[in-house]
Amino acid sequence: MTRHAARTAATLALLLIAVAFAGPFLWVLLASVQPEATLAAAPALTFSLDNFRAVLTWETIILPLINSIVISGSTAILTVVVAGLAAYPLSRYQLRFRRPFMLTLLFTTGLPVTAVLVPVYAMFFRFNLYGSVPAMVLFLTASSLPFSIWMMKNFMDGVPVSLEEAAWVDGAGWFQSLRAVVGPLMAPGIAVVAIFVFVGQWGNFFAPFVLLDAPEKQPAAVTVYTFFSQYGQVAYGQLAAFSILYTAPAVVLYVAVNKYLAGSFSFAGSVKG
Amino acid sequence: MTIATAPSPPATQAPSGGPSRRGALRRLLPLVPSFVLLALFLAGPILWSVYVAFTNETLTGSASVNSTFVGLDNFVRMFGDPNFLNSFLLTFVFVIGSAVIGQNTLGLVIALLQRGRGRLLRSVVNGVVIAAWVMPEIVAAACWFSFLAEDGTLNTVLGISQEWLYTAPMVAVILANVWRGTAFSMLVYSAALSEVPADLVEAAAVDGAGPLRRLVHVTLPLIRRSIMANLMLITLQTLASFGLIYALTGGGPGTASQTTPLYMYEQAFRYFEIGYGSAIALVLLVIGALFSLVYLRLIKVEDA
Repeated sequence: MTRHAARTAATLALLLIAVAFAGPFLWVLLASVQPEATLAAAPALTFSLDNFRAVLTWETIILPLINSIVISGSTAILTVVVAGLAAYPLSRYQLRFRRPFMLTLLFTTGLPVTAVLVPVYAMFFRFNLYGSVPAMVLFLTASSLPFSIWMMKNFMDGVPVSLEEAAWVDGAGWFQSLRAVVGPLMAPGIAVVAIFVFVGQWGNFFAPFVLLDAPEKQPAAVTVYTFFSQYGQVAYGQLAAFSILYTAPAVVLYVAVNKYLAGSFSFAGSVKG
Repeated sequence: MTIATAPSPPATQAPSGGPSRRGALRRLLPLVPSFVLLALFLAGPILWSVYVAFTNETLTGSASVNSTFVGLDNFVRMFGDPNFLNSFLLTFVFVIGSAVIGQNTLGLVIALLQRGRGRLLRSVVNGVVIAAWVMPEIVAAACWFSFLAEDGTLNTVLGISQEWLYTAPMVAVILANVWRGTAFSMLVYSAALSEVPADLVEAAAVDGAGPLRRLVHVTLPLIRRSIMANLMLITLQTLASFGLIYALTGGGPGTASQTTPLYMYEQAFRYFEIGYGSAIALVLLVIGALFSLVYLRLIKVEDA
């Protein structure tokens, strides 16, 4: 095979892969703007926003999206604060247990959270926390912490200690130094961790599905599932519109941090801690 | 997924004017909130599940008030339970099919094909592959539900009538998970391939090695650590996969696609068999822990 033929073959193969990956998307995009959508991705002969109008009601999508924002948002904020605090001594002091602690965190990121939910559910039941959104947020925060502390420490390591010295000379303690000097300097890193946690929880289905009791507390992840299992066979267009409205924030936020996350895949055998 | 970005750390000693002079315990104060949350909501439940797995705890009936120690009963029951063994086998098939073979191979192939291609083509391919990964798993399930339905897109394109979710549920969930997860492997391999020195590959070409020999004898050995690390990570992500399968098939028809997480869900959350459910959860945790340890051995952790 000549060089030119090989290059053409590679391009064609990539185009084929792109088409195959786009296949399952097409239905959602097309069905959402057709009032009489069917399960097949038929060419859009009509265009209407009726499906969006139909699902944009308080119970169908507005309240679930607000719940999603509250749950994911408070988890992200709490995680960033708690992980940021933990990262300070890990980044700034010589601690004898630092290496084992960081390795334990990395180890924990690999454990299946799905399995942890069985004892968490039983524990919530026993302590009357079943159905409590704040209790669930604390659990989600704990499950996001290992990875977030790891990332926060890395970003904090990037802020030179010398920049803090002026603050120390002025008599600032670690907290003032963290709040007024280190925090602002690593703001992009904090944003990356916060968005990362937010997007992760935005798609989280299992935890709210088993830990929350009432439909009006459920985030969009669970509501879209309920809608899908109840009306998925009949109201295709509305399901598609619901899916798009629910997915859009995750996509927008991913694009926002894409540049920073790209580097996190270069672990050709080594990890900076 | 893991792994971090920032530039290498500075010397971690605080200068003498800094907080290093204060009491050792006060220096650890900022770690307290993390410790409390991790202990109460992560370590605590895991340790508790170890205890409960050896009791007959349920949320209903008499055992909900007085659970008693039953020794290895739950584990004996599990390994004699055809439904559990079925779920275990299906989980194995799901992990091997969708992660080890599907995502891993397809991710590597896409990353290899993309080398040296135009920017536009690369962005288009990256765009659609990553979009499948970014979308929430329930939406991914809705996409595949319609794609595979009897009057859905795939049958329309192929011109046949086939109820894929009933006739081939495992094929359906494996395909859906390959579609959803390939982006991760692709990104890992793109990063790994970008660090392969071009002159090594060129030298092999000058020596007369064809593209396949260059791949097998030069490129793949150079990125073998990434391959192993990627295999561990995607196995961990796939092992406990719940939402995608649950929304697509519900484990059915019957138990034809009921992987272990779905079986655990049924026992613990539908039948409230907390003791038995915890024993199943413990098996998943132990398998996850083993893969996680292998992953830690594979990567070199610098200055943790």
